[in-house]
Amino acid sequence: MSTPVLTRPDGQARTYDAYAQPWWKRTLLTREMAIIALVVAVYAWSMGNVANFDSPLTLYYLFLDVAPLLLIALPMTLIIITGEIDLSVASVVGLSSVLVGVLVQDGGLSVPVAALIAIAVGAVCGAFNGFLVAYVGLPSLAVTIGTLALYRGIAVGILGTTAKTDFPEKWTDLSKERIIEGQPYPMILIPFLVLLLGFVLLLHFSPFGRGVYDIGLNDEAAQFAGVDVARTKLWLFLLAGAVSALAGVYFTLRFGSARGDNANGMELQVIAAVLLGGVSIFGGRGALHGVVAGVLLIGVISSAMRLEGQTVNVINIVIGVLLVLSVISTNLLGWVSGQVRSRTRGSRPSTSRAQSGTSSTTEG
Amino acid sequence: MKFINRRTAALTALALTASLALTACGSDDESGSNGNGGGDASVTFLPKNLGNPYFDTSDAGGKKAVEEFGGKFEEVGPDTATPDAQVPFINTAAQQGVGALVVSANDPKAICDALNEASDAGVKIVTFDSDTEADCRDIYVNQASSEGIAKAQVDLIAEQIGDSGEIAILSAAANATNQNAWIELMEKELAANHPNIKLVDTVYGDDDDQTSFDKTAALLQSHPNLKGIVSPTTVGIAAAARYLSTSKSKGKVALTGLGTPNQMREYVENGTVTAFALWNPEDLGYLAAFAAKALIDGDIEGKKGDTFEAGELGEYTVGDNGEVLLGDPFVFNADNIGDFDF
Repeated sequence: MSTPVLTRPDGQARTYDAYAQPWWKRTLLTREMAIIALVVAVYAWSMGNVANFDSPLTLYYLFLDVAPLLLIALPMTLIIITGEIDLSVASVVGLSSVLVGVLVQDGGLSVPVAALIAIAVGAVCGAFNGFLVAYVGLPSLAVTIGTLALYRGIAVGILGTTAKTDFPEKWTDLSKERIIEGQPYPMILIPFLVLLLGFVLLLHFSPFGRGVYDIGLNDEAAQFAGVDVARTKLWLFLLAGAVSALAGVYFTLRFGSARGDNANGMELQVIAAVLLGGVSIFGGRGALHGVVAGVLLIGVISSAMRLEGQTVNVINIVIGVLLVLSVISTNLLGWVSGQVRSRTRGSRPSTSRAQSGTSSTTEG
Repeated sequence: MKFINRRTAALTALALTASLALTACGSDDESGSNGNGGGDASVTFLPKNLGNPYFDTSDAGGKKAVEEFGGKFEEVGPDTATPDAQVPFINTAAQQGVGALVVSANDPKAICDALNEASDAGVKIVTFDSDTEADCRDIYVNQASSEGIAKAQVDLIAEQIGDSGEIAILSAAANATNQNAWIELMEKELAANHPNIKLVDTVYGDDDDQTSFDKTAALLQSHPNLKGIVSPTTVGIAAAARYLSTSKSKGKVALTGLGTPNQMREYVENGTVTAFALWNPEDLGYLAAFAAKALIDGDIEGKKGDTFEAGELGEYTVGDNGEVLLGDPFVFNADNIGDFDF
């Protein structure tokens, strides 16, 4: 009786696709790097071809404009990697904006206290989404469409069609302040970079993050592998709520205006940026550097096209087309590479991949 | 197909997406780069939102003026009328260093910081239609004064009912500041110059179509001798006209007030309404563009008493708080209503 030894019948060493090529190829030839290259290319092209794009104000305004997207895209990336989605983020921005307005002007609270309360309420809103998705087991699309309307309704209900516009100048100025005078980097980048660091550690360098990917690939398998699927999802939605509320505080102070309809439709911009950044809508794949590039790409294109005198509609068309093409290109290239591989290496690896792909797609 | 092979396909991905995006951006190159630099007569119009017939008309007036003085006209704007959506366009104007920005503010305060930054970048700020706080702009082109609006409506109703008889007012909300200011001024005007006209009732339709419709019906029932209704709100006058046009009082009870040509066209054509007032948005845009040019050229600074030429509208003087008044309200009737589309 010999102990059973696992050997492949054909005697070949097992090769992992993920390590089939040298590290520099694996780092550089990715979708994320393609988007980063695209941002650089569009930026360089705009510097040379768009009048006034080289103005010192351009980058400064660009960062101010995309800051809420940058912030919300962080937790949204993790949520989409698990195969879920959160459509209620922009409504939480609106609700937090209204709360800050009411608490500061009617409640007489200071801005930091009002901001903390708003962020806490945002976290509760997110946790409510997370509870319904993770523990009640409802589909996130349905849940967050519902709370999109619910949170927006509460926001508009509190303030009606009026606006709160009288905020302490100290705080509205701070939201637009530059880190170093004369440099185009506004203060809001500091909290963003802190959060970015946190989310990078969480997603890419922690067991929690590996669990996030596992859930996206196959949440049943993840459960059996010891990932607490429900708790992970609850935390992600809670984080999305809290970060959205933070974005709402910034939004309010930057525009000096608390309104129920603030940031209407922003959820779609955030999701577009995340998908553009290479995160798979089916879950299981994506990285934060790609997402940051995706947000910046939308920012650079919007800024350049506004300088060219294009209307919002044209800008939306371009970003929409870009998004559709990026999704199509993923599928097209996946198909092409599948063909290439089945011809060069034989059909075996690609069939097994295709099978696992199908199963987790249906799960998601 | 979720598992794209990153390694073999990435180079193609890079080339493909890059070329797609560059094509997308390249297409707008045809519109040509804008000239820039302060001092030239480039005027950017920023209405509350695009696709709004009222602002289409005012911006057409602005375009006409800018073409007359040989400047460069541009119209930009958000698709929703919110202050935060206007800010990126104000920022863009600052980046471009346009000569002047002509803006209808979605909020008197929220866009102030952005306007001040643009002003620091050398852009002259003109507001029209909706003002900001006075220190955020150089000049406000006001469409009509409260006195002018009140007097125009009293004159219209007096003319239509033969300067004697009972009239009533159909207003918007009971606590609407501008409505109440106009009503008060109308009462004064009636008392001073039209002693035979008696204001018997003021009702509030809350700027709601159905409520205004019902209030009109109630007015006609409770005041059988009513000879005229004044409705200084566009919603109210349209609802009242709809009621009157199908009632037996049509042609017997006069109706006037503030309305827009598109809402009132039907009732002017079928004889329910003979004339109503509003300002002419085209003239408003035209005047705002000339005010912008005068600021760019340094002819005026927005101080009280400054005067400037506004093409075919003649000479204007800047009043208190940097306000320029367009003039008396414009009267729309069967003869001229076909010329307007807003």
